[in-house]
Amino acid sequence: MIRFDCQLDRRDFRFRVAFEAESGITALFGPSGSGKTTAIRLLAGLERASEGRITLDERVLLDTRQRVFIPPHRRRIGLVFQDAQLLPHLDTRANLTYGRSFTPRDERRIDFDPVVEMLGIGHLLDRRPETLSGGERQRVAIGRALLASPHLLLMDEPLASLDAARKLEILPFIERLRDEFGVPVVYVSHAVEEVARLAARVIRLENGSVTAAGSPAEVLAPVALASLAERFDAVSVLSAPVRRHLPEYGVTVLDHPAGEIVVPGQIPAGQGEVRVAIRATGVTLAVGRPAQVSVRTILSGRITAIDRNDSPFAMATLILPGGQSLKAYATRLAFDALGLDVGDEVQALIKAATIDERSLALLPPA
Amino acid sequence: MPDLGLSPEEWTAIRLSLRIAGLATLASLPLAILVAHWLARSRFRGKVLVDGLVHLPLVLPPVVTGYVLLVLFGRRGPVGAWLEQTFGLVLSFRWTGAALACAVMGFPLMVRAIRLGIEAIDPRLEQAAGTLGASPAWVFATVTLPLALPGIIAGAVLCFAKALGEFGATITFVSNIPGETQTIPAAIYAYTQMPGGDAGAFRLSIVAVIIALGALVASEILARRSGTRAQPE
Repeated sequence: MIRFDCQLDRRDFRFRVAFEAESGITALFGPSGSGKTTAIRLLAGLERASEGRITLDERVLLDTRQRVFIPPHRRRIGLVFQDAQLLPHLDTRANLTYGRSFTPRDERRIDFDPVVEMLGIGHLLDRRPETLSGGERQRVAIGRALLASPHLLLMDEPLASLDAARKLEILPFIERLRDEFGVPVVYVSHAVEEVARLAARVIRLENGSVTAAGSPAEVLAPVALASLAERFDAVSVLSAPVRRHLPEYGVTVLDHPAGEIVVPGQIPAGQGEVRVAIRATGVTLAVGRPAQVSVRTILSGRITAIDRNDSPFAMATLILPGGQSLKAYATRLAFDALGLDVGDEVQALIKAATIDERSLALLPPA
Repeated sequence: MPDLGLSPEEWTAIRLSLRIAGLATLASLPLAILVAHWLARSRFRGKVLVDGLVHLPLVLPPVVTGYVLLVLFGRRGPVGAWLEQTFGLVLSFRWTGAALACAVMGFPLMVRAIRLGIEAIDPRLEQAAGTLGASPAWVFATVTLPLALPGIIAGAVLCFAKALGEFGATITFVSNIPGETQTIPAAIYAYTQMPGGDAGAFRLSIVAVIIALGALVASEILARRSGTRAQPE
């Protein structure tokens, strides 16, 4: 359990952030300059708050009133930087074991071999950082932080400097470290798909303060029409169990009360549900069921709100059978041409190609 | 030892020069590393002043530096008198005093090179080591020092070369005593003041060139060897 409440004032930046995080992955989500990285650096002790208090379980890490400040090396909080920051003069093995020697013997909960095996870096142990690829470096950086047996792991945009394929390669490792090693994680990202997939809880930051906190479905759903540039970040989070696989087509069909959802990839049919982030810009609205279209996912719903201003686009909020809601972007022109209004029953078409595999998360059974 | 056409007095000057430069470099290296690290990594009020003080010998006339040393470290100077009473250590007109003068003159060059080496290290590397549990002293020893090694070597060589060539401050502080404080430059100077001394001045100048060149080549090799290990990603 982390309780964080800090204030910090810089010349052109006011930081007033308070949040709590439990076990599992908590995402700090927001645009750049919103204070995500500042929050992480305060947690790690690399930055000093002008006022505040941070506790991790029962341990007080910072209390400006009581003049408590535990320095970074005694916090037992791991940090994974965006760009690995492996020690260039040491090989992979020495990087991995660097923090271990500083961990008291009876607190070494996490062993070398399982971590190396989980991250698939056994063949890299004698290599130097400059000979590793970006994805390999990031895996070593995650392993290095884990092997210090941290009480909390901070990840600061760990995938941001990787290309799309490498991102997909690392994501499962982050899920496994959460599930197999039980280390709570605070994960900073501005990529909505990553957050939707990984996080149990999302804290949305804007301009140095918290604007929303809750489950991904609650926090990631846009409350209002985003600016033109930000419309691609507007997502709805739906969850549904797997109905069937079509291996010959490489897709999985989910069983949602509003209709079948076709998503790319072979998702194992577990006991739990699959969570998927759907971009509002990837949803098409239709009145009546369209025939002969390529889109396989057609969900029925009812419009509960239409958010419009003088932007070219308007955003409709649909309530789906089962109670989940779905956002759809369309031009104001389209809304008027179809005569769409609140209360109308519509069909929502979702192109599978607009669904990012990164956003697909397998939820544990409730 | 073959005399290579050099007189015993000239050999003495060469040995003395190497000894003085070596002591000056080794003795000031730890302090230079600390000062460089401090200047590179801390933010404090009056940093400009400290920086200026360190660099002062670089821009002052060497005679002034030598005179200040004479006033402070001479047998009747405040520091010199204290050193003699407490440790029985006399610096003025001794080869150790020459080493002190050379160290003071070489210090700015050494600090500068090491500071550049430290500033080239991404501070997040040190922070990463800190979050892994390494105390600031450990971070310094296991991250900062090895990564700054090329800069440290460069600084040491610069200081050594400067010490070999130092003349003004040395001759002002410890004079020009053959066998005690007469270094290569001082011996060359003495030759030029002497009728028929041209050949000797020429021989010692050649020696100075060879030593300086050797030091530069050695530092290049050392820096390259440590550089392949400490090359940032």
